Amino acid sequence: MLTIYLIILLGLSFVSYFYGKRLIRRRVYEQKVSQHSRDSYHGLYLSLYLIIPSIILTLIWLASSPNIIDSLLKSKIKNSLPDLSLGEINILKSKVISAYDGILPVDSEQMKMFVDFYNSANIISTNFIIIISALVSVSFFLFALNRIRVRFNARSKVENILKFSMILASCVAIITTIGIVLSLIIETIEFFKIIKITDFLFGLQWSPQIALREDQVAGEGLFGAIPIFIGTILITLIAMFIAVPIGLLSAIYLSEYSKPKIRAIAKPMLEVLAGIPTVVYGFFAALTVAPFLRNSGASVGLSLSSESALAAGLVMGIMIIPLISSLSDDVINAVPQSLREGSAALGSTQSETVKLVILPAALPGIVSAILLALSRAIGETMIVVMAAGVAANLTFNPFESVTAVTVQIVVLLIGDQEFDSAKTLAAFALGFTLFIITLLLNVLSIYIVRKYREQYD
Amino acid sequence: MKDVGSMIPNQYKITTSNVNVDYGNKRALHDINLQIEEKEVTALIGPSGCGKSTFIRCLNRMNDLIEGCKVEGKIMIDEVDINSPDTDIVELRARIGMVFQKPNPFPKSIYDNVAYGPRIHGLAKSNEDLDNIVTKSLKRAGLWNEVEDRLDASGLSLSGGQQQRLCIARAIAVNPDILLMDEPCSALDPIATAVIEELINELKERYTIVIVTHSMQQAARLSEKTAYFHLGKMIEYDITSNIFTNPKHEMTEAYISGRIG
Repeated sequence: MLTIYLIILLGLSFVSYFYGKRLIRRRVYEQKVSQHSRDSYHGLYLSLYLIIPSIILTLIWLASSPNIIDSLLKSKIKNSLPDLSLGEINILKSKVISAYDGILPVDSEQMKMFVDFYNSANIISTNFIIIISALVSVSFFLFALNRIRVRFNARSKVENILKFSMILASCVAIITTIGIVLSLIIETIEFFKIIKITDFLFGLQWSPQIALREDQVAGEGLFGAIPIFIGTILITLIAMFIAVPIGLLSAIYLSEYSKPKIRAIAKPMLEVLAGIPTVVYGFFAALTVAPFLRNSGASVGLSLSSESALAAGLVMGIMIIPLISSLSDDVINAVPQSLREGSAALGSTQSETVKLVILPAALPGIVSAILLALSRAIGETMIVVMAAGVAANLTFNPFESVTAVTVQIVVLLIGDQEFDSAKTLAAFALGFTLFIITLLLNVLSIYIVRKYREQYD
Repeated sequence: MKDVGSMIPNQYKITTSNVNVDYGNKRALHDINLQIEEKEVTALIGPSGCGKSTFIRCLNRMNDLIEGCKVEGKIMIDEVDINSPDTDIVELRARIGMVFQKPNPFPKSIYDNVAYGPRIHGLAKSNEDLDNIVTKSLKRAGLWNEVEDRLDASGLSLSGGQQQRLCIARAIAVNPDILLMDEPCSALDPIATAVIEELINELKERYTIVIVTHSMQQAARLSEKTAYFHLGKMIEYDITSNIFTNPKHEMTEAYISGRIG
């Protein structure tokens, strides 16, 4: 129903564009006055006025109506069955919605009543929004139609509408981000009501297996995050150890030494590395690199576990090479040619120029590239899930199995979960901590770039 | 041109014979034959795109840095062919200082800018040595009085004219005997230009100077000899006063009098 309506709306706005164009042509012809804005602006003015307000209204309604209908259903249930507790009402409500979706059978008279109620509420809601939106659409269209004159400034009106739409789009992005952060914060606060914040931040043991039901046998649940953060740091350090030298040196080669032909081939090839899905890196790490490391370790008498920090770190390092090399290459290229010539004219060799002039001038950009890569590595999930392991060992030994923050979030949220158990909430606390760390790294990189940016201008 | 060319070639600092430069398929310089005397200022003038900058960049092989640029012909500096495979380009450029059109100090302190060359060539035995070289170079470039109390400040904090003098100080700190100047004043205001011109007049006591300039007055004020370039060819080369008062070639006269250029 709604889909058909939206398609019709789109069609009408398309038609009104041509209508607007024809209208203004005719007016110009009749009145023999030169027009202010070109035909297409009048057309756009009409069609945008027709579609944008009603689309916005529909979207807002679509976003908010499920909540309204839910609470209507809840109060309906409460009125007809006043004995139920809040939890039971919620469960019944979920059952009704599932039955409406056809997942559960409608097994009782009462259930049928609720489903019918829910159904009719939905239909009314849809009809309601279609009527309102159509009314809005028509009135805006008539308003716009009324304003079209030969000397009417449709051009700047259209500009304003487009500007407004762009502001709206960026608001959606910002508000979504704020919403995600807020929900992270709220759930994290919930978690710290159950587990002390000091236990989380400074505890040395991580074993979140707590009993979900009273008849289950499980430990108390220990939420000391130190071992898993150590794991993340260890893997990230190994990755950076691989990626920074290789990425930086290849960036220097590409921008300073390579011939244009080689650069034209090598740079896209490096960037292909960035396009490989991380899950492919993950099974590459788990199935190829880890066994290889274990076997070669065994041949020199080292015992590596089959899931080692080294394997995960190595592959993660390979993954972020293109990030570092591509960003560094851009900043090195941005160093003015005049500095290279100045240095060469003083008799520097090429490597002296790179070491003494290019790298210092490009340093802020390179540092921010490295920090960006670092936050990418810290947040990387797939590779560590597949190659690093799950056991939270407190160790700095890269040959042993460690776990990472992202792995633990995955583990915590797999399987049947209660939303308010410490185990589930712990995932939010971990996610929030990770978010803070990467945020700080990003802020630091922006600060470094800002502070040193204008050095060579 | 004839009377200059008939002298004994040995006493010239720089001699070029049949220098051709190609950028890809496009020929930028045609058969340039020029003799430059020691401790004189030689000015290269001509309209934009006439190849005077390309020519000056041949003298310290800066064109090597440009992809697809090919230099042919013989360029002798102190009777050594600088384009021969045996030439050590680092040593060559250490002997030939260059000042560019736009001041290009490194994003380092004033001190480090001047000390850059001496450091890479190991000219200073000790820190005091280096201090002396920096001081001497800044004094020769006429910048010392303005910066002596802020040698740690960034070279980029200076004004355009000061930056250009810093670049001159940086160039003379490695003790070159030739200075190439590629329109050193074109980015500067008249007052800064006058200061640099005065400096060039002092510097020619010690250095052989080749200067590319857009300003005919500047060439007339500064140089002993002037070469006029047009569309990649050297039209006329003579004592400066002859070029400006009695040009032999009609194109030179047209340029001097402002009809072309």
